[in-house]
Amino acid sequence: MDSCEVTKTRIPFKERPDWADVKPVPQDDGPCPVVPIAYTEDFSETMDYFRAIYVADERSTRALQLTGEAIQLNPGNYTVWQFRRVVLEALGVDLREELKFVDRIAGENTKNYQIWHHRRWLAEKLGADAVTNELEFTKKIFSQDAKNYHAWSHRQWVLQALGGWEDELAYCQQLLEDDIYNNSAWNQRYFVVTRSPLLGGLVAMRELEVNYTVQAIRASPENESPWRYLRGLYKNDTQSLVQDSQVASVLWDVLTSQNSHVHALRFLLDLLCHDLEPSQELKSAVDVLTPQSCSPDLALTKKICSILEHADPMRVKYWNWRKSMVRVQLLQSQNAERLANLSVQE
Amino acid sequence: MESRKVTKTLEDQWVVERRVREIYDYFYSISPNSPSDLIEIERDKHFGYLSQGLRKLGPSFSVLDASRPWLCYWTLHSIALLGESIGGKLENDAIDFLTRCQDKDGGYGGGPGQMPHLATTYAAVNSLITLGKPEALSSINREKLYTFLLRMKDASGGFRMHDGGEVDVRACYTAISVANILNIVDDELIHGVGNYILSCQTYEGGIAGEPGSEAHGGYTFCGLAAMILINEVNRLDLPGLIDWVVFRQGVEGGFQGRTNKLVDGCYSFWQGAVVFLIQRLNLIVHEQLGLSNDLSTESADDSSESELSDEEEHLEGISSHVQDTFPLGQAGACQENASHSPKIADTGYEFINRPIAMRPLFDSMYLQQYVLLCSQIEVGGFRDKPGKGRDYYHTCYCLSGLSIAQYSWTDEADSPPLPRDVFGPYSKCLLEQVHPLFNVVLDRYYEAREYSQACETVSPLSLAPTFSET
Ligand SMILES: [Zn+2]
Repeated sequence: MDSCEVTKTRIPFKERPDWADVKPVPQDDGPCPVVPIAYTEDFSETMDYFRAIYVADERSTRALQLTGEAIQLNPGNYTVWQFRRVVLEALGVDLREELKFVDRIAGENTKNYQIWHHRRWLAEKLGADAVTNELEFTKKIFSQDAKNYHAWSHRQWVLQALGGWEDELAYCQQLLEDDIYNNSAWNQRYFVVTRSPLLGGLVAMRELEVNYTVQAIRASPENESPWRYLRGLYKNDTQSLVQDSQVASVLWDVLTSQNSHVHALRFLLDLLCHDLEPSQELKSAVDVLTPQSCSPDLALTKKICSILEHADPMRVKYWNWRKSMVRVQLLQSQNAERLANLSVQE
Repeated sequence: MESRKVTKTLEDQWVVERRVREIYDYFYSISPNSPSDLIEIERDKHFGYLSQGLRKLGPSFSVLDASRPWLCYWTLHSIALLGESIGGKLENDAIDFLTRCQDKDGGYGGGPGQMPHLATTYAAVNSLITLGKPEALSSINREKLYTFLLRMKDASGGFRMHDGGEVDVRACYTAISVANILNIVDDELIHGVGNYILSCQTYEGGIAGEPGSEAHGGYTFCGLAAMILINEVNRLDLPGLIDWVVFRQGVEGGFQGRTNKLVDGCYSFWQGAVVFLIQRLNLIVHEQLGLSNDLSTESADDSSESELSDEEEHLEGISSHVQDTFPLGQAGACQENASHSPKIADTGYEFINRPIAMRPLFDSMYLQQYVLLCSQIEVGGFRDKPGKGRDYYHTCYCLSGLSIAQYSWTDEADSPPLPRDVFGPYSKCLLEQVHPLFNVVLDRYYEAREYSQACETVSPLSLAPTFSET
């Protein structure tokens, strides 16, 4: 590993002949700083020299090398990164070399904003040439941490700015096969289905996606991710959602199974609030789950909230609130009806 | 029935659940009737850990060398939440240090001589507000800060973290937060911000860091708070957001940051504060649910009538509070219309003075239990979850979240919570109250507002406000 040369036998800047002309600039911490950090000798010295070239705005090869050393000591220093970009541009350095540098730093710092931002800057400069490499790189990150937020943002940016959509849906599929609970993969799936220029958009993809999602729900009804995804497939089109027979059928299947009913009930409640006319089967499935203390004449929506108050005690206050909202919605429609009747009579 | 495949998500989740259950079982075994009596905030230990951090940090903190205003904020805000004080000398040292982080062209960097950055600007400004002295507030160059904020504006409507930096919802929040609290907001600054944040609300209901990304607790707080501050919160899908956030509280009692991720103490604030903010948005929520707010008196009258009176039976035994859950038509709830727009510059003040017409939609006691039993470390400090180490970030946000949970049942700002709403012995556990939009202690917010109001608004900005001379 040639990248270790710096850390292995570091020669202090003050002993390096090519730095003899530079006067280090100490940090202006004041006489009694708060949150003072007990820097190592190497750290202090490197930063003192960095300040010197930063203040002098020296865009040179040695400045580039110095920023590299400073970044290895603290990859979170955005000032160093920003100055490095300035120097890179001034020197016209081959940015593929720069990518190798970032790869070396990235290893232990997959949650660092600066590195990802620098990668994005690089990929933007490299253009279409960077696509394969960036998609592979993020894949490698996901093999260790499939939910890495920065890596997903980066991947989405690459797809949108530079392309590479061809295999993305298959990749989501594969990640979900590995772990159907991986919500980041579901989110990416939504991203691809709604934004890929190759797939025709959400409406065109909907039927296929509903099939897939309904299967995932049947396999693990307690998994929140596919339920939210299913709702997302009908974003801004609840009319179609309410009419989808596949949805009604998966709801019935789950409600009559031994599995957790929480998400199915939540989903059904949502549908009812969007004027779903429930089938007799669904009504009876809910009745079976309704606590005996409930009056049988209670509205279906309120029954569902009552079941959820028991089945999901963590959110009892939420379900209670939902029930109270249903109550008012009901009252308002009654009032509206009454007013309508009045005006008819008049 | 297909058998459920055990995946990494499930395995990780089970490990955490087991650890947490062991802790709860232990506490309930030593005191089955009132385990919370045994719990308290280790105030002295936390104070020791925090003031130690202010005075000296080891070499391992070098990786936070570009986040020193954050270290100030995490420690100073935590100390303020505990109701402790660090003394005049250390306070002056903090003001002096932060002044050295202030850029000559406005904003604060991660340390002396570093470029100004929005996140560290937020941390520095909140630190100075927490210090609260006139010298602290007057050390902020408001005029230059305004030009820095304007310089960070991006064509997308969002903000950039620093010159050449990344654009995301965090940047929007930190910019809007400092602008609001320092009374330097104007139309130019907020133009397009609402569109940007709106484009980050996902199909799940929460808010992501960038358009297309996954809904996330930290960004959801930032997005919601910023939308409230620019008075455009009615543009978000609030019922969807509520439904997402209440499902982030897990069986452990604490919150997770994203769907199917692990519980983490810091989300006690990020997610807890989202629910807390929503409690003051009931009028807009009703509007979005298609409920007209002026119907409230009618519904209050009608609610005594037959069809609704079966309500009470299943409320009993669930919670002593639930009858209060829906106080539509209570005094104050309808005094102002949801579309009424306060002066943008004072949305933070108007917001905190709204009556809280909605009860918390999360389990605030259970959240407190998680923070105190699972995140708190006996020797001082707080952590993400059992098995992890303490740090200043988690200490700050666990304490902030604890405060949010403790005050979530209060009716209005400035009123103390009832003992039954505070987990553990009241006097030992009760923290100071925060302003949920800025996450600074409420009293310090009022002082800062008084100061900022005394300064002139954007153009021309006064550099010598009268307040500092008293
Ligand atoms: Zn955390």
